[in-house]
Amino acid sequence: MRKLFIIALKDLKLIFRDPAALILMLLAPFLITLGMGFITGRFSGNTNAGISSIPVAIVNQDEGELGQALKAVFRSEELADLVAPTFPTRPEEATRLLEADEASAAIIIPPGFSNSIIPDEGGSISGDIIQIDFIANPNAPTNAGILRSILNSFLTQVEVGRIGAEVTLSQVAQTGKLTPELAAQLGEVFGTQLAQQSAQTRPIQLKNTTASGAAVKFDLLMYFAPGMALMFLMFAVTYGGRSLLLENRTGTLPRLLQTPTSSAQILGGKVLGIFLTAVTQLSILIGGTSLLFRLDWGQPLGVVLLILAAAFAASGWGSFMATLFKTPAQVANFGSIIMLVFGLLGGSFFDMSLLPEWVSMLGKITPNAWGLQGFTTLAGGGTLSSIGEPLLALALMGIILFAAASIWMKRRGLARK
Amino acid sequence: MLLLHFLFGLLKSLTFLYNLPIHQKSEEIMAPILEVRDLVKKYGDFTAVKGISFSVEEGEIFSLLGPNGAGKTTTISVISTLFAPSSGDASVYGFSVLKDPMAVKGCIGVVPQELALYEDLTALENLNFWGQMYGLSGKALSDRIAEVLDQIGLKDKAKQRIKTYSGGMKRRVNIGIGLLHKPKLLFMDEPTVGIDPQSRRAILDSVKELNQQGMTILYTTHYMEEAQELSDRVGIIDHGELIALGTQEELTRQVDETDTLVLHIAENEDPQPLVERLQSLDGVRRADAIDHEISLITHSAQELIAPAIRAAEETGIKIYSMDIREPNLEAVFLHLTGRALRD
Repeated sequence: MRKLFIIALKDLKLIFRDPAALILMLLAPFLITLGMGFITGRFSGNTNAGISSIPVAIVNQDEGELGQALKAVFRSEELADLVAPTFPTRPEEATRLLEADEASAAIIIPPGFSNSIIPDEGGSISGDIIQIDFIANPNAPTNAGILRSILNSFLTQVEVGRIGAEVTLSQVAQTGKLTPELAAQLGEVFGTQLAQQSAQTRPIQLKNTTASGAAVKFDLLMYFAPGMALMFLMFAVTYGGRSLLLENRTGTLPRLLQTPTSSAQILGGKVLGIFLTAVTQLSILIGGTSLLFRLDWGQPLGVVLLILAAAFAASGWGSFMATLFKTPAQVANFGSIIMLVFGLLGGSFFDMSLLPEWVSMLGKITPNAWGLQGFTTLAGGGTLSSIGEPLLALALMGIILFAAASIWMKRRGLARK
Repeated sequence: MLLLHFLFGLLKSLTFLYNLPIHQKSEEIMAPILEVRDLVKKYGDFTAVKGISFSVEEGEIFSLLGPNGAGKTTTISVISTLFAPSSGDASVYGFSVLKDPMAVKGCIGVVPQELALYEDLTALENLNFWGQMYGLSGKALSDRIAEVLDQIGLKDKAKQRIKTYSGGMKRRVNIGIGLLHKPKLLFMDEPTVGIDPQSRRAILDSVKELNQQGMTILYTTHYMEEAQELSDRVGIIDHGELIALGTQEELTRQVDETDTLVLHIAENEDPQPLVERLQSLDGVRRADAIDHEISLITHSAQELIAPAIRAAEETGIKIYSMDIREPNLEAVFLHLTGRALRD
């Protein structure tokens, strides 16, 4: 185990002594994020300058509180500069606005949306949760991404409130002190409270309250920073994967295999090195953007878990690439292509909902997509429970890729003639 | 049965531990510490090593001499457990490379032909890393690093990154790493390739010094002079086959009637016209030029002096000096293969 860490730390030291690697791993994502900050006017004192008055068509067919709450969010003072909502009554009108490029996105709140979440007066919920439709305008990818981010934040808040209410009711019912009738009445009360909370406090991501109680405003950089960090994370793991082949070529891997060190220790050390590099890179980028750009990445424990999970999944890809290709040059070349493709598919450049559904599905094989989902959810006020899905997906991705890489490597042997 | 197996394993381990520290070269009966038996290594359809067998005795310098691509590095790679043999086996201190590769790795040190170093780490960091890979740690490691740095003469530059070193300095670190854990058996695979004469001299001297301290050395080279200077015994390898094996006396006895006449010409002269002319002379088995030195392999060097001078005059090339050399390993190789070592 000791040798495993020694190999990993040696690799970490080597990558941080390579100026070219540092530029691509740390400087590039910082600079791009910084550039986005300037474009969006993030550093001119006005959080929404640069991008402003994003036209959005909201069709509210829901007669409940949540539909009203969502409309209220887009009408709020905090978003007054950023978005310019219109409220057509029919989806066809919203579609027409999209086609005429008069809206960057359309949000259709279907009938019964509130009732699918909040119990009605009889205490019943109408079947499965009805989904809100978000239709992005492909001609305005950045604006659509921002609108989607706002909508996601609203939905996260609703989801957190709903789960909270369900758990509380369930716990009280288990004590036996709560009759089904009383539970139904309480459900109605919770539901009403939830709707009121949504409407009154503009819960959503715009009003993500910090521990000190101060309100944090919606930050455009929170959409770009994780995207860039995750995209360049793929560079770090590609570099790590490449180092395995490079060591074979330069003779240090064969030399390692001639020491009393097992293949498993060497491979484990190399993989751990890739993982530590990825964790370090993400931590520096997240820490750096927090300090320099004053970004609030959300709940610290959630951020740490996401860093570990995203680094784990990305390291899996790095290890897999090292087994897939034969030369360091191949890994470097294809790694750059994979980094860009994953960036595109995973939503680092623009909102994935703009792409055909099968492409979005394909994007799910990337750590970028799941990582981005997790980080934006956290930044939007999400809690640990709301990032369970991306955490699980990233962990599974890593396990599958590491298993595949190990099997392949075992079959082929570490050293090559 | 299991108990017997366990006891046998324990006995082997104790023997291994007992043998670990190196000691002064003794006059005791030499025992083979490396035995290679019918070793074959194939890469797909290509057979790099074709069933070679030899043994290396404790305290000796054994050289594998052969041209590039003869199978020297592959042989060392298999014996050092880097690649499994396709058939046959080798054992170090009784440990089979097939059955006990980790035990074999613990007994040997390897100085690879290529510079297997981390260029972005300092010499100190490299030695520290590789020392830990050999299982050293703490004070034992730092003491040993200090000794090795002293031995390779890089104490003052230990904190410089390897990429700032000259080729010779890198070679010295490459060798130093192989010595860190004081192996009893050291494999040195063409350690002087691509370095200046001064560094080469220093390396050859250090090989002799290590051997005098009791280290057994398996040395591979394609330089006849190195094998001749260093070796107690030499194995000549060509196309994956061991074609001759023995002490230098034993080997050169095979070509007793072969002399080498060496002609020295001016550095700015093109030797090729003279080489071609000499090749056509009666009694010349082979003529080769290296830089401004032309070697003639012949049955009688004395008889060839006059014809050689005439040939030089005819081609307009001036001979500055000439000497006659005794039969050597180059002649042995030529005798056995019909080719020069550098072909």
